Amino acid sequence: MSEPPASQDPALLRRLLRAKDRMDAASHEEWPVGRLAQVSGVSEAHFARSFKQAFGIPPHRYLLTRRIERAMALLRETDRPITDIAFDTGWASLGTFGRTFRDVTGDSPSAIRSRGRATAHELGRVPLCIASAAQRPDLTTAVSEKRRRTADGTNEPQQQESP
Amino acid sequence: MKPGIEVVGLYVRDQDEALAFYVEKLGFRVHTDVGNGDYRWLTVQHPEQPLFQLGLFRPGPPVLDAATAQTVRELVAKGAMPPLVLTVDNCRAAFDRMLGLGVEFTQEPVDRYGTVDAGFRDPSGNGWKMIQARG
Repeated sequence: MSEPPASQDPALLRRLLRAKDRMDAASHEEWPVGRLAQVSGVSEAHFARSFKQAFGIPPHRYLLTRRIERAMALLRETDRPITDIAFDTGWASLGTFGRTFRDVTGDSPSAIRSRGRATAHELGRVPLCIASAAQRPDLTTAVSEKRRRTADGTNEPQQQESP
Repeated sequence: MKPGIEVVGLYVRDQDEALAFYVEKLGFRVHTDVGNGDYRWLTVQHPEQPLFQLGLFRPGPPVLDAATAQTVRELVAKGAMPPLVLTVDNCRAAFDRMLGLGVEFTQEPVDRYGTVDAGFRDPSGNGWKMIQARG
């Protein structure tokens, strides 16, 4: 069993939360570490280490989960073309979106769309960000590592990328 | 007094700060503000809901030991507490008014399933959903 996480200053955590909230609110935008550090009022190096310590995954990977989550919501709840959804959720190309989406969720966008539609109407009772978060992919492993393990057909112990 | 839940508490990092936020920005009013040594029992009340009190409590003694209080302060600060839901008559109007008062929004109003849905935080980090009542 891993050790409990080291203590962090609540005032710092509150500032990191603002950066996380900003990524949540505009996950389609670019959020380089410099921009996030500025939002939080800390140095870039300190930001990257602290964010992972606070929320369990590095900021870029966190952003990736938000983009996929947002795409999944749009696939389920709208009839918009997949291409439009890809660009509107921040992906530069349809190919990159499709490949990453499959790597992360294990499904194609169109499969997620057809399966999700059946239960969409029941989500009306749940606040938007809760319903959306329930579909958030778990990305404790880097996408590149998932891709490699799929290609190799191996199931090696997970390897964390360094910040 | 009618039976039922009277008080539900949330943790805040500073009770005076929280009081100012909930009263001056959200329009709640003070119900009880009583000190007992270092402990302060502080509850506020939504004007339309007189039988329910929202407790604004600071993590610490006598309820929590020092180590636990530190852990809770960190959890609150990183937005890990469960969501709270506030129902309003007009979500967009409330958003405009609150934004003008400096409330920190996490989600602008969104039309969704016949109602409107927004999100904000209190200064401590507690997350609220603000949902328009279905007519």
